[in-house]
Amino acid sequence: MTDEHIKQAIIGIIADIAPDEDTGSIDPAVRLRDQMDLDSMDFLDIVMELRKRYGVQVPDTDYQHLASLDSCVAYLRDKMAGKQLVS
Amino acid sequence: MAQYDAIIIGAGMSGLAAGIRLAMYDKKVVVLERHYVWGGLNSFYQFKGHQFDVGLHALTNYAARGARGLPLSRLLKQLRIRWDDLDLHQQGFSAVSFPGVKLKFSNEFELLRSEVARAFPQQADGFDALTRAVREFNELDLEAPQQDARPVVRRFINDPLLEDMIFCPLMYYGSAREHDMDWDQFVVMFKSIFFEGFSRPQQGVRHILKLLIDRFRKAGGELRLKTGVRRILTDGNRATGVELDNGETLTAETVLSSAGLVETERMRGQEPGAQATGKLSFTETISVLDQPAKHVGIEETIVFFSNTARFNYAQPADDVDTSSGVICMPGNFDLPSTPRDHLVRITNIANYDRWAALGSAGFQPASGAGLRPAPQAADETSAAHAGATPALPYYTAKQHWYERSCADAISHIADFRPHVTLVDMFTPRTIRHYTGHEGGAVYGSPKKLRTGATGIEGLYIIGTDQGFLGIIGAALSGISMANRWVLQRDTSAVEAT
Ligand SMILES: Cc1cc2nc3c(=O)[nH]c(=O)nc-3n(C[C@H](O)[C@H](O)[C@H](O)COP(=O)(O)OP(=O)(O)OC[C@H]3O[C@@H](n4cnc5c(N)ncnc54)[C@H](O)[C@@H]3O)c2cc1C
Repeated sequence: MTDEHIKQAIIGIIADIAPDEDTGSIDPAVRLRDQMDLDSMDFLDIVMELRKRYGVQVPDTDYQHLASLDSCVAYLRDKMAGKQLVS
Repeated sequence: MAQYDAIIIGAGMSGLAAGIRLAMYDKKVVVLERHYVWGGLNSFYQFKGHQFDVGLHALTNYAARGARGLPLSRLLKQLRIRWDDLDLHQQGFSAVSFPGVKLKFSNEFELLRSEVARAFPQQADGFDALTRAVREFNELDLEAPQQDARPVVRRFINDPLLEDMIFCPLMYYGSAREHDMDWDQFVVMFKSIFFEGFSRPQQGVRHILKLLIDRFRKAGGELRLKTGVRRILTDGNRATGVELDNGETLTAETVLSSAGLVETERMRGQEPGAQATGKLSFTETISVLDQPAKHVGIEETIVFFSNTARFNYAQPADDVDTSSGVICMPGNFDLPSTPRDHLVRITNIANYDRWAALGSAGFQPASGAGLRPAPQAADETSAAHAGATPALPYYTAKQHWYERSCADAISHIADFRPHVTLVDMFTPRTIRHYTGHEGGAVYGSPKKLRTGATGIEGLYIIGTDQGFLGIIGAALSGISMANRWVLQRDTSAVEAT
């Protein structure tokens, strides 16, 4: 998966979790929490969706790496290698 | 013998919400409901061609579209429901009405604040300080030490009338305790009623239940109606499954019970402590008017009232205590179209044991005619009756208390009695019958298990007796317990592997 696909994968998940949020204008460098209404319950959902859709496991201790789109990409690059984007 | 990841006892708000969460993440989950319809304490029914809600006066915890960090927004995200799908319409305004004083409030907190300053000028600063204390308290900290609310409130408010006027709506909409509340529960209710406020869907509770059921089924969950659980099975200190009323057994990793704390203990063959059964039950009367309540002169959406300066939130000695109550005009929400039925609903505190002891000979009137509208006999209020009423046949008692309830309520709203065309009423016995809650205790046990943990591994309490009440509260309880005890366990197990 390319970096762009990883971003799209995360945005796709957020759009499902928070259908009332505008996901079209997320700044990849800024913390997701600062741009939209996401709390710890929602980050749990991002982790579970990653597992459900891509078979990727994210241990509790690594949640911090999901703070922004850019940090998600850096953290998931290896884990998502070779996977197909699910829409 | 079927094997599940999770069995959920009860298809009320908490059971359905928990079920959705688990089914969404591919858990094999079944919701077992003894009744032939889902919804639990807040269901709906047909009566003489009318569609009535059992409970639903109002959804508390109103949040505007896009509002952040509020319980309702959290619930929507967790269940993947869009704000628009809820079809929420806000209240006009409501009131707390005590002898000689009325405080209006709405979904704009400023209205209540200015009303307090107008009626209780000496208390205005104290009320602001109380408001700050409520705002700053984190009610989501499930491990916080328990403390009583009244002593905390008295630090800010020293007029007992205002104190009781603040407590009245919060207790009526969510206290399992008599006379006082836990401070964290006070905060939850204060925020949900005064900060956030009331709304409802045009179609009432059936609309919410339909959303939940559809979500649950779409996610692949299984719902079994007319399927009561008789026993919770354990192996040592671990829950292993359930035995149904028909003798069938189902096994599961996790059992989530919304049946109540006492009721769940009984299903484990445990005799619950005497203190554990809730003492607060209610009657609810439904009057259908021949015209909208506003045409009769009733402007409020909901009125919380007491006919005495000291509000007495406690199990009454008599069948019903009509000297305080909640009056709801569902048609006085800002609905896009006028509802078909023009209703006035009145809730009063009632004594379960007295209703349970009434002879069921008079359960239905011989004529099948149903309850009659109340005559305009203004002296039939609670003040005119000193001693307890003699035990009447069930149906006669309903007629008697319906009339008393209306007579006491009209000190606070226009006299609607000449406009009533149809009446229904349910009692603590009805609540017990349809929800299984011992003592007809709508808000469950005064003892709450905030973390859900029962001491038996794999068995957790959700809903009312976990401590989050009302429709939104119960649903959030189901969500957070499903997360904590099933889904989060999965993700933290990752570390170990
Ligand atoms: C008259 C009335 C008015 C109300 N008005 C409002 C309101 O305006 N706004 C608001 O927010 N809240 C209101 N409520 C409160 C709200 O309805 C409840 O707090 C909420 O529905 C509780 O949900 P729950 O899931 O915890 O429990 P319940 O709704 O009690 O669900 C438990 C379910 O478990 C089932 N069950 C129990 N034992 C078994 C067993 N052994 N086997 C199988 N199934 C079993 C029961 O049949 C029931 O369906 C009202 C309640 C009442 C009674």
